[in-house]
Amino acid sequence: MPSAVRMENITKRFPGVLANDHVSVEIARGEIHALLGENGAGKTTLMNILYGLYRPDAGKIFINDQPVTISSPLDAISKGVGMIHQHFMLIPVFTVTENVALGEEAQGNPFVDLELTRKRILDLSKATGLHIDPDARVEQLSVGDQQRVEIIKALLRGVNVLIMDEPTSVLTPQEADELFVVLRKLAEEGKTIIFITHKLREVMAISDRITVLRDGKVVNTVNTREIDRDSLANMMVGRKIFLSFERKAARLGEQILELRNVRAVNDRGLLALKDISLSMRAGEILGVAGVDGNGQSELADVIMGLRPVTHGDVIVKGRSVVHKDTAYIIKQGISAIPFSRHEEGLVLTFSVKDNLILKEFYNPPFNKGGFLDFKVIQDNALQRIKEYDIRTTGPEAKVGNMSGGNQQKVVLARELSRKPDILIACQPTHGLDIGATEYVRQQLLNQRDNGISVMLISTELEEILSLSDRIIVMYEGQIMGEVPVEQADLQEIGKMMLGVRMETAKA
Amino acid sequence: MELEAILSLFSQEFFYSTIRMAAPIVMAAIGEVIMERAGILNLGIESMMMFGAFFGVVGAATFGNAWMGMLTGILAGAIAGALFGFIVITLRANQSVTGTAFNIIGYGLTTFLARVFWGIRSEPLKVSQFVDVPLPFLSDIPFLGYILFDHDPTVYIAYIVVIVSTIFLFRTIWGLRIRAIGEHPRAAETIGINVFRYRYVAALIAGGLAAFGGAMLSLAQLDMFVDRMSGGRGFFALAAVILGRWNPIGVALGCLLFGAGNAVQMRIQAFGLKIAPDLLIAFPFALTLLVVIVFRSTANPKALAKPYEKEATIE
Repeated sequence: MPSAVRMENITKRFPGVLANDHVSVEIARGEIHALLGENGAGKTTLMNILYGLYRPDAGKIFINDQPVTISSPLDAISKGVGMIHQHFMLIPVFTVTENVALGEEAQGNPFVDLELTRKRILDLSKATGLHIDPDARVEQLSVGDQQRVEIIKALLRGVNVLIMDEPTSVLTPQEADELFVVLRKLAEEGKTIIFITHKLREVMAISDRITVLRDGKVVNTVNTREIDRDSLANMMVGRKIFLSFERKAARLGEQILELRNVRAVNDRGLLALKDISLSMRAGEILGVAGVDGNGQSELADVIMGLRPVTHGDVIVKGRSVVHKDTAYIIKQGISAIPFSRHEEGLVLTFSVKDNLILKEFYNPPFNKGGFLDFKVIQDNALQRIKEYDIRTTGPEAKVGNMSGGNQQKVVLARELSRKPDILIACQPTHGLDIGATEYVRQQLLNQRDNGISVMLISTELEEILSLSDRIIVMYEGQIMGEVPVEQADLQEIGKMMLGVRMETAKA
Repeated sequence: MELEAILSLFSQEFFYSTIRMAAPIVMAAIGEVIMERAGILNLGIESMMMFGAFFGVVGAATFGNAWMGMLTGILAGAIAGALFGFIVITLRANQSVTGTAFNIIGYGLTTFLARVFWGIRSEPLKVSQFVDVPLPFLSDIPFLGYILFDHDPTVYIAYIVVIVSTIFLFRTIWGLRIRAIGEHPRAAETIGINVFRYRYVAALIAGGLAAFGGAMLSLAQLDMFVDRMSGGRGFFALAAVILGRWNPIGVALGCLLFGAGNAVQMRIQAFGLKIAPDLLIAFPFALTLLVVIVFRSTANPKALAKPYEKEATIE
């Protein structure tokens, strides 16, 4: 097969990290080529180099067997290489047509011909099955539709090689399947697709060939037909991993947290929680599934007292905590792993030891007569670092300089060492490598076995399914249904994530 | 009698002076629209108006021609805009602080230079100025003709700038790109738009237009340079941008409101009512505050006042 892209001995160094170490990869024309690897394996860096966002420190790039240097994304596009980022690069207040027109060349005509662009979008939609309303404003579109806009944008700029960075991370299983159909069709028409992912299921479902990266190096390139998931997983992490956990039977205690018809608005003032009712008992994990942005963060907020409840009641251990402040709620024995460890979980410019006492510094033994007891704080840090296996230079290290996994361990250590009765875990493994993910998940299970009531809010279905005792699915601020994990069915949960209520989902 | 007085307030002359008062603010505000659409908040418009007013007079005195004076003023404003751009775009300084510093310097420097150039004199320096040019036919329209088409040429240029800037922002590829940069500069960059270059261009345009507005004050309205003569019009312009929701035509209408406020207070002063003149001068400012509170908007460009940094970090 003729090669569309060849990258030879690409090396890229960032301060303190060798992101790509003599990486060589060849992509054939018209294939769907998966770049598989853990977070931080160097997949995205490699593709950012191909797309002209980074300059490689060493190495050569060939497009259609011609040596090229790519100095900018514009340069990459002119050579037929386009990239769709994990975070879409669309202007929310622009219409679909305007977003597409933005990428078009001026070609001597200073005036934008939106009518022509609109027509080209409709023509392409018809030809490829990428259906979209060209007059819709992007901010009103679903994530799946926004991704279509990105693909259309790239195709209309004459892209032959399309790089997709973790394209399914924001999609429901159904939307992902639709995307695969489109990609398959594009490949048949001779487009080359490079698919960056860390999900084995997708790699097996969509790719022709797979290149596995680990720690910035290529492990191997294989034909998808000739490989199985276990070998791929081993290549990815370099050791045997256990994708499922030993789960003991739940020992349920009494009801400890209850929400009754709770309503709350989001930051834009729109109703984000619509009569949410749920209850949690000690010793169980309640999984909250759903596509990002369907009220999950508002749900965590109302429990923690970070967002006013406009209607309904939140009851912790039999007492209403509505209208109580967050400090009070924390004192009732609720701990939380917030969605963003950078923005909410940690003070990045503070040391490990200071981050570890953020919720308890005003209590003894840290507070001694109004003064901080540095010795106790230091000893506490040393103990937690050991207990939670936090890899750091010591209690004085700034958390901002630590890896995501170790940062999350600091959050865990602080929240769990308070011996809470309830733990609200929001996307607890987001952005972590497999090792750290395993660690965090095991900790959540341990807490459950110790009789703590855990709410696990996650968009990773695999995580929800492997940890939860019960699963609820949120869609547009409502609970679409609840299933015990033993009866959970991926298709059915996927439907609920798309807004189909459970009764009808079953029928 | 009182009713008559109030009615006479809104005479043809009143609307005429509303347009005249609003025109310099329109110029400055359109510049600010383009700059804010590109994501830069320029609180320093006041200073750029001052540079325009001062260097306009310098140019007019040097070349003996009001048009050359205007060009000199615009050039000075564009240089100030470029310097502002360098500080906030390339050096990524805080835009509000930089703008405020510009205003302090703008007042101080022009006052100082005026003393250096012309010394302390009892009569301010008179230079050649713009004179009213009634437009043929148009100025003969009953009532409106005098109000709209019996001004000096700079006012007509202001009309044109409103229309051209609207077309520029919403119909040209450059306008589309500037708007994209103000909303989501990273997205613009990934499709190959040079964020820095467009922001500099916006800064140059904004500086030039603000200076045009300033030079209108000294070359067409007062016919001389007076210390601190911009008198807060730059801040009117900032408010008008919000009121007009970053849309040139809306912004021009907002400026008319402020022009009207000013015209009202001047006429009331002329009536000799027993109201302290300082209070009357404050009237348009109070009106501005009120209007900004009532019409507060979240339609601002999302990247407004956020310095942009090219990404060079690991994912």
